[in-house]
Amino acid sequence: MSRYDVIVVGGGPSGLAAAAAASGNGLRVALVDASSQIGGQYWRRPSDQAAAQQGTTLESLRRRLIDVDHYPEHQVWLLEPGGEHSLHLAPVHESVRTAAPPVLRARSLILCPGAYDRQLPIPGWDLPGVMAAGGVQALVKAHGVLPGRRAVVAGTWPFLLPVARQLAEAGAEVVAVCDANSLAGWLRTPLGAMAVPAKMGEAVSYAAAFARHRIPFRTRTIVASIEGGDKVDAVRLRKVDRAGTETLDGIDLVALGWGFTPSLELILAAGAATRVDLDESLVAVVDSWQRTDVAGVYVAGEATGVGGALLALAEGELAGLAAARDQGRSVDRGRAGRLQRQVRRGRAFATAMHRAHPLPPDWQDWLEPDTTVCRCEEVTVQDIRDACQSLGAVDARTAKLLARPGMGWCQGRVCGFASAKLAQGKGKRLAVNDLAPMSKRSIAMPVSLERLATDEAH
Amino acid sequence: MTTIVTLTFDGQPLTASPGQSVGAALTDAGVRSWRTTRRGGRPRGLFCGIGVCFDCLITVDDVADQRACLVPVRDGMVVRSDSDE
Repeated sequence: MSRYDVIVVGGGPSGLAAAAAASGNGLRVALVDASSQIGGQYWRRPSDQAAAQQGTTLESLRRRLIDVDHYPEHQVWLLEPGGEHSLHLAPVHESVRTAAPPVLRARSLILCPGAYDRQLPIPGWDLPGVMAAGGVQALVKAHGVLPGRRAVVAGTWPFLLPVARQLAEAGAEVVAVCDANSLAGWLRTPLGAMAVPAKMGEAVSYAAAFARHRIPFRTRTIVASIEGGDKVDAVRLRKVDRAGTETLDGIDLVALGWGFTPSLELILAAGAATRVDLDESLVAVVDSWQRTDVAGVYVAGEATGVGGALLALAEGELAGLAAARDQGRSVDRGRAGRLQRQVRRGRAFATAMHRAHPLPPDWQDWLEPDTTVCRCEEVTVQDIRDACQSLGAVDARTAKLLARPGMGWCQGRVCGFASAKLAQGKGKRLAVNDLAPMSKRSIAMPVSLERLATDEAH
Repeated sequence: MTTIVTLTFDGQPLTASPGQSVGAALTDAGVRSWRTTRRGGRPRGLFCGIGVCFDCLITVDDVADQRACLVPVRDGMVVRSDSDE
C-alpha cells in the first residue's frame, strides 16, 4: 500500500514525535528514514539492547509508532507537490534488504530532514583523518570505533563538548578543544539561556568531565591549518585576534564543526517559502502550527532553524497534531497550546545559542588561494575569487556555474554555505537568493539510471 | 555480541562487528582512505560519516560508488578501493 494520510520524512526526534502524534490522532502514517534504526543523528546507539537501557523518550516514542508503516534505509530522491503529494524513494545503498514502495502518496507531508555539521574550509581540511564532528560521534557511539588516538576538536558551538567527551571516554587523547568564541558569549543573552535552565546543568557536567579527562579547552582559538602528506600529522592553532601560531604534532584526528546546516532540498522541492536564520542557515518559514505556505506541507525540527532536540520534539508533535486537525480530526487543543509555548521558549534559547556562537568574522582571511572549498569538484578559494573578479560572477549562483563549487556528488551540501559566503565577499549577510541555489537539488540524491527507468512505470 | 563478520578489502581479509558500516570497519583496521580524486589525485576516506558528503565512495560486491559510511558489513562481502578507475 503506498497511499497514506500523512508521510513523515526523517526518523530523528521531530519526525518520531510527528509520526506518533499523527498516528495517535487517527491518521494513517508512513515514516521514511535513511537509517536502519529510528532515532536520527541525535539518538544513536550500537544496538537495540543499548536502546532498551536508555529507556527514555525514544522508547516511549517507539511504543507509539506501532500503527505507523516504517520504511527504513530509504531516501526521497524526488518530491512532487500537488493536491496529493508524491515521494519517490530509493534505497540508501544497493545492499538494502528492506523493501519500500517506489512511490508514496499522501495529502499531508511532515518534513523533518534534520541537519548536519556546517563546515568552513581550512587549509588541509581535505586530508584523511579530518572529519566532521558528527561523523566522529557516529563512529564512536554507533559503531564502537575510535577514528584516532590523538585528537583535536575545533570550530564553534556547544556540540563540540559531547564529541570531545565521547572521544576521551572511548580512550583517545583529546589534545585540544578549540572554540572560536569565548564562553562569555552566554552572558550577553542571559534571558535566552535562562529560558531552558536545564542546559546550565549540562554545562556544569561537561566542565567536570573535561577536568576528569584533563581535556584542555581553548576559547577564541581556531585551527589555522592542518598539515600532513596523505593523512593528518599536525595542526596549527592560533588565537582569533592575534598573529602567530602554535603547532601540535602527532595528531591523527581532527573533528570540525561550525554549528549545523539544515537539509533544505525537500522543502525547496515542495516550493515552500524559506528565510535566512540568525546563523545564516537557510530554513523553512512555518506558522504557529508548523505549516509552510504550501497546503498540506509541514516542517519540524532543525529545518525550521537549528535549535536542538527538545525544540525538535515539541515542533514534531505539534506538526503531527496540526496535520490531524487540518484533516478534520479533533485534537487536544490544550496540548497544542502547551507545545506552542514550548516552541516559543525553545526558539528564545536557540536565538541565545546562535548569538553566543557566531562564525569568526575574519574566517575568509585564514584561507590560502589553493585551499580546497568544494571537496567533490576540487574547487579552490582562488577559483571562486577568479569567477567573481575576472569573470564577473556577482552572486553564488553565477559563481557556481562558472567555477563549479557544489556541482559534484554532494551537490553543495558541504561547501554550499562557504561558497556562497566567498562569492559574496566579507562583511555582508547572506540572503535567500544566495543560499537557495546552493541548497536546491531537483534530484535530492544521486540515483542510478536503472532506478529512473523503473520509476517511470509508476 | 561475539559474532564476527569477515570481509575482504582489496583482497585482504578484514574482521568487523555486525552492524558496523564498511567505513567503520576500515577505520578500525587503520585504513584512512580508499579513493583518490579525479583532478588532484588526493586521498579520500570518511569525512561527514553520515551519508551527506559522498567523500567515502567505495565499490562493494562489484557495485561502484557506494557510501562506505552507510553500507553495513556482511559476511563474505568483497570491498574494493577505487584507485584504478
